[in-house]
Amino acid sequence: MNSVARSRFSLLFRLMLLLLLLTLAGGLAYAVLSLPDQTVGLSDRVAANMETSGVSNPVTAVLLNFRAYDTLLEMAVLLVALLGVWSLGSAAVHRRVDPEPVLLFLVGVLVPMMILMAGYLLWVGAAAPGGAFQAGSVLAAAGILLLLSGKHFPVRLPGWPLRLVLVLGLGAFVAVGVTLVFANGMLLQYPPGLAGGLILFIEAAATLSIGVTLAALFLGGRPDPEA
Amino acid sequence: METMMALQWVLDGTLVLALLWLAWRALSSPDLFTAIILFIAFGLMMALAWVRLQAPDIALAEAAIGAGLTGALLLAALARSNDLADRINDDQTTGTGKK
Repeated sequence: MNSVARSRFSLLFRLMLLLLLLTLAGGLAYAVLSLPDQTVGLSDRVAANMETSGVSNPVTAVLLNFRAYDTLLEMAVLLVALLGVWSLGSAAVHRRVDPEPVLLFLVGVLVPMMILMAGYLLWVGAAAPGGAFQAGSVLAAAGILLLLSGKHFPVRLPGWPLRLVLVLGLGAFVAVGVTLVFANGMLLQYPPGLAGGLILFIEAAATLSIGVTLAALFLGGRPDPEA
Repeated sequence: METMMALQWVLDGTLVLALLWLAWRALSSPDLFTAIILFIAFGLMMALAWVRLQAPDIALAEAAIGAGLTGALLLAALARSNDLADRINDDQTTGTGKK
């Protein structure tokens, strides 16, 4: 392709792109402008049912109780994403690097703090901003630091213990859901007295799974036990 | 009260401008490494914006996942693609690549 043809193609491409973007922008603007002025949100209904949710943070109440079904599916999506990455092949063997002393020192200081922080975020999620996803991502950040430092990470971890932790969150969620189906006939309809404990149980399992899943995504492939 | 309002307007305005500028720079930067760093900075500013919109839950998730983990994933992907490009170049120059 000569340069004239290429520039013409590029111009056409850009015009098409511009047209598509303008259509998107126009559509979004129309959608926003045509919203009704007086929207009746769901926050009143959430507030009215907070008593039965088992937690006092409305966001956690929605995510883990009123709309727990969505969060269950989110956990499944995360697991499927990791399965997709693993199916691409095994993780490249990490280059043998000698980590800088600064990194090693920081890993020693930061990782225990981050684990503590994850625990705090998990616990505080019942009453204030926080919860399983935030706690899990802090845990994952600690895992990535460990992977980068390359020294403290137990190489023998891959295998069934890793897989067990990966499915723990989804497993706990499904187990609670199925148990409740048998107990009162409704999927994830917590009895009000037990709701707080069940939410904490699910969130604790989910935190571990999310943390390990995200750290495993960073690895970029299936870790081989032999490596 | 008046000064408080004015300060908040200045803060919000700066945030919006910084977000737009960072987004534009991240998209238009020819160097991928620079683009990723700008994207991480964008994520952190976005977390501040969520705080200003009184959504601290989303702010936490944005800072941890949007800025932190996505940034780490993008950097890892960049390192891998550079490795791959190096290997292909080596193969071509030495002629030992698989045909």
